[in-house]
Formats: sequence, structure tokens, C-alpha cells
Amino acid sequence: MYSLNYNDRGTPAASGTEQVSLEIDGQAVSVPAGTSIMRAASLAGVQVPKLCATDTLKAFGSCRLCLVEIDGRKGYPASCTTEVAAGMKVHTQTEALAKLRRGVVELYVSDHPLDCDGCPADKHCELQTAAALTGVTTNTRYGEGGAGHAGAPCDTSNPYFTFDPNLCIACSRCVRACEEVQGTYALTISGRGFASHVSASNNQNFLESECVSCGACVESCPTAALSEKNLATIGRPEVSINTTCAYCGVGCSLNAEVSGGKVTRMVPNRDGDANHGHACVKGRFAYGYATHPDRVKHPMIRAKFTDPWREVSWEEAFSYAASEIKRIQAKHGRVSVGGITSSRCTNEETFLVQKLVRAAFGNNNVDTCARVCHSPTGYGLKNTMGESAGTQAFDSVMHTDVILLIGANPTEGHPVFASQMKRRLRQGAKLIVADPRVIGLVHSPHAQADYHLRLRPGTNVALINALAHVIVTEGLTRDDYVAERCEADSYARWKAFVAEPRNSPEQSEQFTGVPAADVRASARLYARGPNGSIYYGLGVTEHSQGSTMVMGIANLAMATGNLGREGVGVNPLRGQNNVQGSCDMGSFPHEFSGYRHVSTDSVRELFESVWHVPLDKEPGLRIPNMFDAMLDGSFRGLYVQGEDIVQSDPNTQHVAAALSSLECLIVQDLFLNETARFAHVFFPGASFLEKDGTFTNAERRISRVRQVLPPLAGLGDWEATVGLSNALGYPMHYTHPSQIMDEIARVTPTFTGVSFEKLDRLGSIQWPCNAQAPEGTPTMHVDHFVRGKGRFFVTEYVPTSERVNGRYPLLLTTGRILSQYNVGAQTRRTENVVWYPEELIEIHPHDAEERGIVDNDWVGITSRAGDTVLRATVTERVIPGVVYTTFHFPESGANLVTTENSDWATNCPEYKVTAVQVVKVSQPGEWQRRNDEARVVREGQRQIAGHGGVS
Amino acid sequence: MDTEHLVTMANDIATFFESDGGADAAVGRIQNHLQLFWEPRMRTAIIRHLAAGGEGLSPLARAAVAQLKLPASAA
Repeated sequence: MYSLNYNDRGTPAASGTEQVSLEIDGQAVSVPAGTSIMRAASLAGVQVPKLCATDTLKAFGSCRLCLVEIDGRKGYPASCTTEVAAGMKVHTQTEALAKLRRGVVELYVSDHPLDCDGCPADKHCELQTAAALTGVTTNTRYGEGGAGHAGAPCDTSNPYFTFDPNLCIACSRCVRACEEVQGTYALTISGRGFASHVSASNNQNFLESECVSCGACVESCPTAALSEKNLATIGRPEVSINTTCAYCGVGCSLNAEVSGGKVTRMVPNRDGDANHGHACVKGRFAYGYATHPDRVKHPMIRAKFTDPWREVSWEEAFSYAASEIKRIQAKHGRVSVGGITSSRCTNEETFLVQKLVRAAFGNNNVDTCARVCHSPTGYGLKNTMGESAGTQAFDSVMHTDVILLIGANPTEGHPVFASQMKRRLRQGAKLIVADPRVIGLVHSPHAQADYHLRLRPGTNVALINALAHVIVTEGLTRDDYVAERCEADSYARWKAFVAEPRNSPEQSEQFTGVPAADVRASARLYARGPNGSIYYGLGVTEHSQGSTMVMGIANLAMATGNLGREGVGVNPLRGQNNVQGSCDMGSFPHEFSGYRHVSTDSVRELFESVWHVPLDKEPGLRIPNMFDAMLDGSFRGLYVQGEDIVQSDPNTQHVAAALSSLECLIVQDLFLNETARFAHVFFPGASFLEKDGTFTNAERRISRVRQVLPPLAGLGDWEATVGLSNALGYPMHYTHPSQIMDEIARVTPTFTGVSFEKLDRLGSIQWPCNAQAPEGTPTMHVDHFVRGKGRFFVTEYVPTSERVNGRYPLLLTTGRILSQYNVGAQTRRTENVVWYPEELIEIHPHDAEERGIVDNDWVGITSRAGDTVLRATVTERVIPGVVYTTFHFPESGANLVTTENSDWATNCPEYKVTAVQVVKVSQPGEWQRRNDEARVVREGQRQIAGHGGVS
Repeated sequence: MDTEHLVTMANDIATFFESDGGADAAVGRIQNHLQLFWEPRMRTAIIRHLAAGGEGLSPLARAAVAQLKLPASAA
């Protein structure tokens, strides 16, 4: 069932530019060539009844309800499968058509009685609509009795939706949605004729099948056969509010449908520019954390983090926090405090936190979680091309011929974009995957990777140099493009470097483990395109040579002319809903909003004139440096909004020790997370459903977040920052987040054309949006690079210092899975735990056998930083010598074992390479005892005075 | 600040800039990188470490740190 108030046009929009004129029921209509008659009629305000057609799916022509008459043509063609033609005269309402349609609907209703009262789809059911249009009631001419499908058991296995075969009309929309939209092919029509029925995988229930719970089938279902459970328990929605998802960097546009003040369901917006009507299990269904009992509703303070919390008013919390910050600065100096912005909060909220730090604290000690994920992207792309962001829109993938996917797992981390990528692959685009693991895209239905380069963790730069070696030495560069658009001297220097024999695939194989023949074939495939695109993730950036690798990727794209148009580009898959935005907003210690250095006088003076205070021109501390400064005593106060650095940052013990030394830690979050264990002030945060503002996704797309529910704790996140700032004596007088965006636009050249009014009008905007590009910029670097000429960098491969040895003979790498999200603060508090209730460690059968490990065994993982214990899953998805786990559960302590190694340019942690040993443990024993003790300590640090138990 | 860590960071920076453009240009580029991205406490710590002998610093990193001025806040 699609969104409330949505006008389904029946078939997708045509992409033709030529206009075709025809007549429908006497009305002149003009539409693009390739448009179906059904869609043309709908656009002209004429609704042709339908059941098997919906505008996210290709026309199917099975229900025979949408028949029309066309002058000069025999018979009654289906309007969904018939394209318009010039001069065509179409009739949608005739006596003959009415009789035919009535007959069709009667047949459906004879096996699907119109017992609409109490049905979740009542008043929104397409069969109900068709019956009303054709005058059919439950009492058809066929009477009662005879064969039917009544009494078939319902499948309630999925935690979010139900499949009721009694209500199914076997229109195949769900099957087609799973194929065309999601690309999982989990559903089919099993049986023939009257026995036809929807089947998940091999007649399994949905939960046990290959279904990934994206909900595309639910949304495409014309009846209540597939429907959200909330429709039955909460009721039918009355209001629909468009907002943006708060999970990953795709930034899906969603309609929050509300009934009686409760969110009934989240339905993807079919006009959403990033997601085009699709969503994943997290965005569509996993929003229940917003109303979870763990939500903290009142501000709290305590003198020591070992004391129980005391609930206070907002005023008292602001006053106490401000007095502590002032006390600390008076005692330890202006630079002894700082802040961390959130990549989950809006642009407006993030902008205010960095403004608070700069203007109220008086220093540049502000940083964001991009530090630990894509900070190398910012450094690498800024230096090579001049802008710290990806170059394309998501839709660009539909014009690519070859995809080089490095260190990313889109089916898990960016599922809706992965569905679009799979669609292009099914159309024939080629795929090269560079990843130690067998990710989902290597083998997906009807699309396989042409090459899977299973390199050893830590050898990315050796691989990219080998690819470049082939392209340069085999004459596959686009020297004409480079001559026009790039620096000649840096290109010459780079060419000479990669051409050296030591960078050949044959030489690099000793480091990467990737067969030279595969590297050569992949390089030729990418370079020959004609359109070659590179997509990458944290498998590129979270390395000691993360920035070097980003530069290597940019080198490759420039050398092959794969920039500045659709279908190509360098595409960093930013992980979080607003990590791009938090970087854009100046969350880095060295840059104001728009990526301008704090030492640049003209930029700093602009901000001083708008903020009315002198500003520091020295770069501030990055998050890892903050920890070091905490331990040496020179950094004593921290304001953390929406980040859980104890769980997400590497070397947990180091982080915990650092935070323990603080005199004042202010945490602003939805829940009492791991970081809050060390806090002295807690500001209860607001979920995305309680926010008004904007997020910026991985394609630089700024989208609106609109408030659906009032803030649970009474104040929005931006209001809490304003309260703290005012208590500190730096006045902030905003009354609405739109005013904050107006200020951002005044001080940030790439945002000068952005406003809430324009966003409401256009739907979304990709920055830069200014006088040169008033409606935004889908593709960057079209005529020239932002820095002028593109610059090449020599990317010498430097092996990481994190090496395996006799004591730690395996390499641990980390990643994400579909159903959980980052530190799991949100998803662990939803039904998504049914798919992944605990962290597992993947180990290759060879390594497992050497250690006597079988599936489900408890294993201890030890590195030079620490140790933890997890259950094992034995699989060939990893290569021998490599183990893999996720980081969604605080109890598992994945970051207890990761180290302080980091990228040379940005200090982005090297999460992807940790030398470990894995041993079987007969029972959790000592390890579990320590975990249990740690849990007791954690729970003690969450105690709230006057409350019976832990919040 | 953890001087050992700062030394490692400085050496890693030096390694990159030496490979891209050679040793001659590298010193200035390393110094520039430290100036742009290292907070004054970090620069102060590495300058003082050099003054105390600079153990562990690579030759290029050493040359670059020698060109750094002590931040005003360190005085």
C-alpha cells in the first residue's frame, strides 16, 4: 500500500525528450515519447482502473482491468503496456470496456470478498476502488461455495509486516518489486493457474527466506495481503509528513504517516530524489527506537561520574554545564575544552555546536565522527580536485559502463543505492570488486562481479598503483583530457612513478595476494569504459594510507578522463545520514563551514563580523588528539552531541581512560550510551522524528527533515545548544532552524542559494547552490576542477606498521551489516535484533581448522591493544589469514582490540587492519566474567537517583 | 601529549611528502602540513622534543620541525 495521498501514475515516467500529442477521452494531451497510455491519462486527470500496475514497476499487463479502446485499432489493448503514438485517439470509458472491467473485477472479488470493515487497507485498497468503479459488490454472479483460497494460513514471521494469502490477488506486484526495485529476487509466483500463490524463496516463511525486509513488496501490494503490522495495532494513518531517514548516507526521502500522535508507518517517497520510492529495513521499519523506554526524558547532572544521576530542569543543567566550562577554562586555559558534533543531527544543529565551540569556548577544538570514517576523503579529494566531496549524483550510476567498487559493501551499508547499482549491473554494466571479503555484490541475482580482487588488508595502495601501472604502460590514459584539465608536471611525475616495474601487478602480487592477470584485466576494463566509475567506502579510508589511497583513486579517474560528466566519477559512500553535512558545516578543527581554513584571514574575518567575537586562527584538536591531551591533563572539558566515542573509536581502554580524566563531560544523546558512563551532564536528545532541519547525504544532496513528533524532553537538540551558549554568555537568538540555515547561507559560498523555502519548492538541492548554480549541482568538475587544474600525487605504497607475527598471526578487519547500524544505539532497540542479535566473528575454514574452531564456538580475540570474546562463524567469505567482525554491540567490545594506528594525514583510525590471534575458548569463562563485571560497572554508571533500576 | 605518537605521525607525514616531489620540496611541505593541521600543543611538544634531541625523528621530519616556530601559547 503506497503512501497516503499519492497519485500512482501506473507505469514509470518515460525518459524520452520528444513530445507526443494524442487525445484521451476528447482531451488533448502531450507527453514524452515512450509514455504509456495509462500514465498519459493519469497526467491528464483521467484515472484508468488498474490492479497489476504501479509506477515503480515496469508494465505487466496481467490484470486486464486497464483496457482501453483506440480508434483504428482492433480489440481492447491494455493501457499499461501500450505506448502513446502521435495522433492517437483513446477512449477509456465505453460500454464495452465497462462490461469487460466488471467481469474482471467480479472474478477477483469472487475469491476475495469485500470484507473491508476492519481491514488495514480499508479506503486505501485498489481492489476496493476497482469494485466501486465497476459497481461490483461481494455478491457476485458466482455466488458462494466453489474453489477458493480462504483459510490459507497467515505468515506473521517478519516482525514488521504480515502476509495474508486470503487477501492476495496474485497480481505479482510484490514479486516484481522484489526483482526490479530491490534486486533480491526473494519472491516468486509458485504453482500454476488457480494454484498460483506468492512464495518467499522455496515456500518458506518470510523471515527464513532470502527476503531482506526492505518492504518494497508491502508498499507495492494493492490490497492488505502484505501490510505493516502497525496498521492493525495503531490504526490507519491520518496525516503524512515528508522527512529524511536518519540512518545511512543514502538519505532516503520518507513519508511519516501518523495516527493519533503515533507513527504508523514510514513509506518511501516515490518522488524522493535519492531513493525514488525505495527504502531498506532500517529506514522503513526500524524507527521504534524513537519511542523506546530507554529514552531519557530529563536533563541530569552529577558531580562525579561514579555518582548516580540527578534529574534537573533544563535551566539548572545549562547553568551547571556553563559554570563548569567557565571554571575549567579559568583554571586550565581557553583551549582546555572542546566539542564533538554529531553526524546524526541536522546541519543546523551541527553548525550551532561548532559555532558554540569557536565563538563561546573561543577555540577550534571541534571535530566530528568523519574523523574516524571519511576524513581521508576530505583531505584526498580537496588536494587532488579541490572539493571535499563526491563528484556525482546517485543516478549517475545508471549511465556507467564499468564500476570499480573498492572497500565498500553497499548491499549492507547503502542498501537503497545498492539496489540501483544492481539494476545497472543487470542492464549489463561490468563490476570489479576490490575487497578481502565476498561481499553481496560479488554474486547477486542476475549480476556477478567480473573480477573480485581479494587483496590482503592494508595493501590498497599497492593495488591502485598496479592498476595505474597497467593503464599508463599500455597506453590507456586519456592524455588529451589530462592536458586540458590537469597539471602537466604532477601528471608527468605520477606517470613516471606508476610506470616503474616495482609497481607492476606482477611485483605487487607479493603484497596484495591478487593475481597479476586479474589486475591487468580489471585495469583494462575500467580504463576502456567508456564510462568508468569508482565507488568506495571505509575499506579505503580507515587505513594508515587512507588519504594516499583516496589520492590514488583520484589519480586513476583523472588519468582516464572519468570525471566531469554522468556515468563516471569518484564516489565516496558516506556512511551516516549527515556525516557529509557535519563536515560541510565546519565541524573540523582546521576548517570553517565550506572547507575554508581557520588561518585564512578573510574567511575568519567574515565569521568574526557575523558572530561578533574574535576567533582563533590556530587549528584545534582532532578527536584522537583530544584523548592524548586529556591524558596529559591539558584538556578537561568536552561537549559531545550525538556521538558514542567510547564504543565507536578504536582502543576502547585508551578512550575510557581519557574520558575518565575529564572534569566535565557533557553528553547530549537519546540514550545513556557508553560515553555517557563518564559524563557529568546529560542533555536528553531528540530523534529525527522530533527535528526540523536538513541532512546532507553522500551525493551532497540537502534534504528537509520535518518534525513529526514533539521533542520528548521538551527541547530540540538545537535549542539545547542555544541554551548552553546563552548560559555561557554568548547569546544565540534563533527562534527557528530556518534562521540557522539562512546564516549558513550567508557565510558559506557553496550554500548561498540554500533556504528552507527553496528546499520546500525543489524537494532537495545538491550543493554547490549559489549564483552559478541556483538549483544546485548534480555533477561536479564539469568544465574544470574546483581547484582549477587537477593535481596528481605520487602514491608510494608504505606497508602498515601493524604486521602479523607469531603472536598475532591473523588480520582483523571490521564492517557493517544490513539490519544493524553503526554502534547499534538505534537498531538494537528495534525488532531488527531478530536478524542479528549478537556480534559474530567470521573465520576461514583453514584458520578455524588449525584452531579447532567450529561454527558457534566462543573464541577469544587478542591484539596488542586488548582482548574480547565472540562467537565464531566459519565461512569462506573471508580469505585465509583474515577475520572479520562488526561493531554494533557494546558488549562485544570490537574496539577493545583495535589500535591507535591511523592515517598519516588525518588520524583516521586504521580499523581495517589489526593483527590478532584467535583461540577457541571452552566456555566464556574468564572473558565472560570480565564482561559481566564491566556490565555491572556500566549499569552502575547509569543509575539515576530515585529510579528503581537502570535507565 | 604523547611524544612517541607525535614522532610517528611526523615521520609518516615526511614519508609521504618525500615520495611526492622529492626531499628538497618535502621539508617545506611537511612544515606547512604541521602548521595547518597540528594544534599548538602538538607543535610545541614536537618542537621541544627536537630541542631535547629529537629521538626517533626521521631526517626530513627533523628538518621540518626545525622550521616550525614555537606557538605564542607556548611562551
